[in-house]
Amino acid sequence: MEKNKFSWKLGGEAGYGIMTTGLIFSKACTRIGLYTYDYIEYPSLIRGGHNAYQVRVEDEDINSPIRPINLLVALNKETVDLHKHELTPNGGIIFDGEQINLSDLGRNDLKLYHVPLLKLEKEIGGLMVMRNSVALGASFGLLNHDWNIVEKTIRDAFGEKGKDIALEDVKAAKAGYDYVKSNYNIFDFPWKMEKISDEKKMVLTGNEAIGLGAIKAGVKFVVIYPMTPISNILTFLAGYDEEYGIIVKEPEDELSGINMAIGASHMGVRAMTATSGGGYCLMTEAIGMAGITETPLVVIEGMRGGPSTGMPTWNEQGDLKFVLNTGHGEFPRIVLAPGDIEQSYYLTRHAFELAEKYQNPVLLITDKNICESKKSLNFFDNTLKNIRYGFASQDELNKGNYLRFKFTDSGVSPRSVPGMPNGLFIATSDEHTEYGLYDEHIDNRIKMMDKRFRKLENCKKEIPLPALEGDADAEITLVSWGSTRGAILDSMKWLRNAGIKVNYLQIIYFSPFPDEAVLAILKKAKKTLIIEATKNGQLADVIREKTGFVFENTLYKYDGRPIYPEEIHDKVRSILKK
Amino acid sequence: MTNIKFLNLATPNWCPGCGDFGILLSLQQAIAELNIEQHNLLLVSGIGCSSKIPYWVKVYGFNSLHGRALPVAIGAKLANNKLNVVVAGGDGDGYGEGGNHFLHAMRRNIDITYLVHNNQIYALTTGQASPSTEEGDKNKVYPHGVIERPIQALAIAVANGATFVARGFAGNVPHLTDLIKQAIQHKGFALIDIAQPCVTFNHHNTYDFFRQRIYDLQKEGHDFKNKTKAFEKALEWGEKIPIGIIYKEERKTFEEKYPQIAKKPLSQHDISFVDIQKAMDKMC
Repeated sequence: MEKNKFSWKLGGEAGYGIMTTGLIFSKACTRIGLYTYDYIEYPSLIRGGHNAYQVRVEDEDINSPIRPINLLVALNKETVDLHKHELTPNGGIIFDGEQINLSDLGRNDLKLYHVPLLKLEKEIGGLMVMRNSVALGASFGLLNHDWNIVEKTIRDAFGEKGKDIALEDVKAAKAGYDYVKSNYNIFDFPWKMEKISDEKKMVLTGNEAIGLGAIKAGVKFVVIYPMTPISNILTFLAGYDEEYGIIVKEPEDELSGINMAIGASHMGVRAMTATSGGGYCLMTEAIGMAGITETPLVVIEGMRGGPSTGMPTWNEQGDLKFVLNTGHGEFPRIVLAPGDIEQSYYLTRHAFELAEKYQNPVLLITDKNICESKKSLNFFDNTLKNIRYGFASQDELNKGNYLRFKFTDSGVSPRSVPGMPNGLFIATSDEHTEYGLYDEHIDNRIKMMDKRFRKLENCKKEIPLPALEGDADAEITLVSWGSTRGAILDSMKWLRNAGIKVNYLQIIYFSPFPDEAVLAILKKAKKTLIIEATKNGQLADVIREKTGFVFENTLYKYDGRPIYPEEIHDKVRSILKK
Repeated sequence: MTNIKFLNLATPNWCPGCGDFGILLSLQQAIAELNIEQHNLLLVSGIGCSSKIPYWVKVYGFNSLHGRALPVAIGAKLANNKLNVVVAGGDGDGYGEGGNHFLHAMRRNIDITYLVHNNQIYALTTGQASPSTEEGDKNKVYPHGVIERPIQALAIAVANGATFVARGFAGNVPHLTDLIKQAIQHKGFALIDIAQPCVTFNHHNTYDFFRQRIYDLQKEGHDFKNKTKAFEKALEWGEKIPIGIIYKEERKTFEEKYPQIAKKPLSQHDISFVDIQKAMDKMC
């Protein structure tokens, strides 16, 4: 019997509440102390098409989805056809035998659990979507989860407002739970769950972590045009607008979105926008304006498969070089990239600080697999306070002769904001004088460019240096950025179990780039493997550009699917011939 | 009263005789007469000859990107709704490059004043057609004459939710000053499309062209609360061209719909510590 270590997948037609059911499954697991990682696959459709929600569960922290599954819940035949090859021997399928026929399954090492989902759902007079709840209950019956916890999780998911729906869902889940327990010997199914702790854990997406980080940083103005995979940053924050006193606006387009954010930031409030590749293309001119007007701004770029509309609901890391080179002309660009959900929270908060401190746009790159995947996590640090940077005091302004873009050693000039007496200036997209009048003289141009770039030099002094994770005397050093971090960490556990010493360098701060520290680490590595969700290796290019270092081995994947820990594990073993 | 002299920041570099001078003077006069303190007004512009206007008025200025003045201004107004926000720019900037923002700003009825310096030509790029160039006018791009109809910006404004819609004439400073004062005082989105002769590139819509045609709607007793009549006047362009208030209504402004800023503007919210525990609890 395998306890507290399994992988569950729910599949069916889009539009039938699969996402909600999946999240309840995950939360019900974390409530007995287990760790979860949820990975979601769906096509770019509203209804129809295949949706799959996968939850990986273990009794220690996990960071990625794995390919094998132990229990598949098939709400339709397509789910079985698409995913039966992912099932491990002795794996189970929960399905409605009155609706679908599995005679062509072609595998005899699986356990089939027919549960009359539709019939049970009709008996309790529920809606079509209640089928999910019947199947959820059946899953927990088979895994022998504590019913009281399942019930409480469902009730909490719908909250006070959804009390009546929750009641129906609880009934449906109980019907599934009881059916499995009374019609099958559940101990035939090898995977079971058991409580290990009462400690509370959150289950949340990268988008929600970004939202929390922004709230924590005191964001006041959020303007986001919806786009997969970052739309949930908008909807998440919209749910908290009055509670936290934030204006959350959906603009007419991305051009409006970013320019509104710049306008708000100009008034001294912390402002952000978010988009994906296509929308980011539209925003680039304004990001240059934030650069030359020295306006703080946080822009989230959630990558998906490109180019053009590309593969809207699938993962890729193809925008790194684009974001690093955002917009035309030369201006300091501060670029950060979290590698997981927890980092998304802390880096978003840091992005706001850097933006205000350096009066500059900060571009935070994330990707679909961080944005939309869910993970169980301990609470984030809620003690952090916000410091305000770079504002001129009214007393300073009253001294007279205030110059908004004054040449300073640090490159940062104290800001006044419209409304403050004696602080007049012009913010302009033209090159300008210290006051803000447009100016094209040679001396002024050189001094202004140098002033702006001094900010980047100073920023470089304060960004955390990259550090290796894992064994000091590793046989191989893995290098990546973004969501591949999770699969790498998980593969490292397996490699260590196989007696292989391995370590990992994640690049988080891209601009300013910690070139010396990165090169020092790479020069010491015995062997190197760079891992990216790209065709041509953009991180490899960036590191080569900044340090001259060329990677020995590469693992590039550009089919939109996650890089699984198995793939990394196998690749490392083949490189080391072990 | 604010002295208009204090509102001169530098000497404009527009062509001698440009209609923009009349608009600049009217705007400065209006600010002075309304006794608005310099630091309580943000003047936002886009790109073009007219968008240089923040360089000549001593208030807070923001010379943004081509077409993007409105969103910058909207963001600023939402962040500090106590501030007076005036947007200025050309017809190419507002009705062409920024056309989408123009449409949606009006739906919101945000309390800003939008001055469109409408010279019916692209002047800074030396004389190409603008969205307002009259059909048949010849220029560098259309040597055989423009084959598109001009945009009906005022009629669009009446249809799309602007609550103050007017036309001014750069050659009539007292009238335009009064119009700008009313627009700034109006609670909601105020559009003034200003007939602005371009003495260098537009040889059709000249000072004389307008002087021969314009008449004052308010002197004719036009009922600006009547939407049907407003459409008629918004579309009138030919032997007679109306100036003055075309349409006006009172409607709740965008800012008034946000309880978040009912007590104080976003810019005055304290963010030193934000407690996210409740939001995190909901994730469990």
